[in-house]
Amino acid sequence: MEKGLETTGIPSMEELEKTPGFPSSKRLMEGPVAVIECLQEIPCDPCETACPLGAIEVGKPITNLPELDEDKCTGCGICIPLCPGLAIFVIDYTYSEDEALVTFPYEFLPLPEEDSLVNATDRSGRPLTKGRIVKVLARKQFDRTVVVSIAVLKKYAQRVRGIVLNRGKGE
Amino acid sequence: MLTTDVVVVGGGSAGLAAAIESSKAGAEVLLIDENARPGGQLFKQIHKFFGSRRHYAGIRGFEIGRRLLEEAHKNEVEIKLNTIIFGILGNKIGIVEDKTHAKWLKAKTIIFSCGASEKLISFPGWTLPGVMGAGAAQTIINLHRVLPGSRFLMIGSGNVGLVVSYQILQAGAEVVAIIEALPKIGGYGIHASKIRRAGVQIAVSHTIKEAYGKDKVEAVTIGALDKNMNLVPGSEKRFKVDVICLAVGLKPNIELPLMAGCETMFLANLGGQVPIHDENMETTVEGIYVAGDCAGIEEVSTAIESGRLAGIAVAEKLGYLTKNEAYDVKVNLREVLDELRGGPFGMQRKYAKQQLIRRAAHLKGV
Amino acid sequence: MRIKKHPILGSLEKKKEVNIVVDGKMLKAIEGEPIASALMANKIITFRKTRITKEPRGYFCGIGLCTDCMMIVNGVPNVRTCITPVTKGMKIETQTV
Repeated sequence: MEKGLETTGIPSMEELEKTPGFPSSKRLMEGPVAVIECLQEIPCDPCETACPLGAIEVGKPITNLPELDEDKCTGCGICIPLCPGLAIFVIDYTYSEDEALVTFPYEFLPLPEEDSLVNATDRSGRPLTKGRIVKVLARKQFDRTVVVSIAVLKKYAQRVRGIVLNRGKGE
Repeated sequence: MLTTDVVVVGGGSAGLAAAIESSKAGAEVLLIDENARPGGQLFKQIHKFFGSRRHYAGIRGFEIGRRLLEEAHKNEVEIKLNTIIFGILGNKIGIVEDKTHAKWLKAKTIIFSCGASEKLISFPGWTLPGVMGAGAAQTIINLHRVLPGSRFLMIGSGNVGLVVSYQILQAGAEVVAIIEALPKIGGYGIHASKIRRAGVQIAVSHTIKEAYGKDKVEAVTIGALDKNMNLVPGSEKRFKVDVICLAVGLKPNIELPLMAGCETMFLANLGGQVPIHDENMETTVEGIYVAGDCAGIEEVSTAIESGRLAGIAVAEKLGYLTKNEAYDVKVNLREVLDELRGGPFGMQRKYAKQQLIRRAAHLKGV
Repeated sequence: MRIKKHPILGSLEKKKEVNIVVDGKMLKAIEGEPIASALMANKIITFRKTRITKEPRGYFCGIGLCTDCMMIVNGVPNVRTCITPVTKGMKIETQTV
């Protein structure tokens, strides 16, 4: 099958690298940073005001793609639950010697337990590797979108985008 | 006979927004809805909405509904529920209250914001119980908290198909696949990505061939489509499902505008036959306006803004706002609508809306 | 099946339960919910048989338009169950004519 967002629902690496919300590999290695996987010009801009540091800009028209200022971004992750499209992640390659921390939005039950080992899944929901749940953050201002952090081996960090717990999978 | 400045028909996002604006300007507003509760389809929308911050972006649909209702109450909009319209004669509206009492109302102006209904496709087995509209599934799941089955197939990858699939997972059931006849996913990439991350496959260039079952859906056969939309022989796959959801588009509810004599035109990008309206949302019948999906299938954000525009235009028509007062507000609303109709997804709707407005100008001899 | 826990909507609130009688069988329902919702919560998916060919029909449009979900309610035929709320002791029958 053809690759890419429009035919599969999964953005390809080539598509992601062209996106203004996607940080450079140099910046990724330097510490936690937001990864905005928003590739299509749709009318949406809550991410812009979500960032207290002004690191995300949409501007006018509202259909502009969000642009990440990777020098301003500290990878705090406050934008993750505030993106209505659940399209923002934070990756921290400096988490430990061999692990990176991937932080993602989660809106299913059950919630994972901190310190548990679970299947970390890729952009197609397929299990890729085992990961350790480091943090499960549920706050009132997140409005029921939970923010989960999982530690995985560094080589998987750019592919892990979530977890699938206790649910059936498509055929 | 009761005479009202404005009768708004349909209390969803567009109708509420229109009623609020007219009422704010000083008009007496009566909002009629056939349902037992107002809010249209907002209360079953449990995802965070896109749009700009002024359109409640990032807020879940049911919360937008709650806020609009609160604003309507604050602005003294009278809301009449469980009320069905049986006829429109000039400025007279025939209604049935509580299914029993028929009477006539008189309105100086009418705003139709009657929303949309789901389009369908037919295939062998499509009448089996368990085949239903995606919106119907969303209603029963999110509003009434009942799952009609445990293994779903979704037909259609527009935003409705993608969003409802995600919500089926959130309710604890399984989505076996989303199939799409076109070679491209119809809805927003971010909706598609989040349903893929949850492990659901989206098969483009695929269609449903048949649904099987004795008294309800038990299984389904899907197949691949070639470039000419013909089934590829041998590509069929059969699997077990107990619900098949149809998410193949929406069409404007134009029965009442038609009854009132409004002229329509066919615009595929707005869902089919659409009442012709000018840039004030006024139809070809003077004093009758349309707003929201009833005036062409769009988004909640555009529904709210087009409702506001109709509400302001009506208030101006009735003399509650001067031409100058209305002018700036209307220009601003039109700019916002224009911006919302930007990008690859909005562009087609923007052109279609421009066509409607040009047609209205032509018919009105402007 | 009722959705008891939900990540966005929270836990199912306790609502007033009433008994309804469906084709002679006593079932539990929530007062005020549409009849169709009560039936599907009790795993009843087939609501009606068509008049001539006796084909099964069920919940389809959910907004009172398609009339596929019609049943006999308290003796009245052609009641659209997707938009008719449940009341205590309601008698519901499958319609075959």
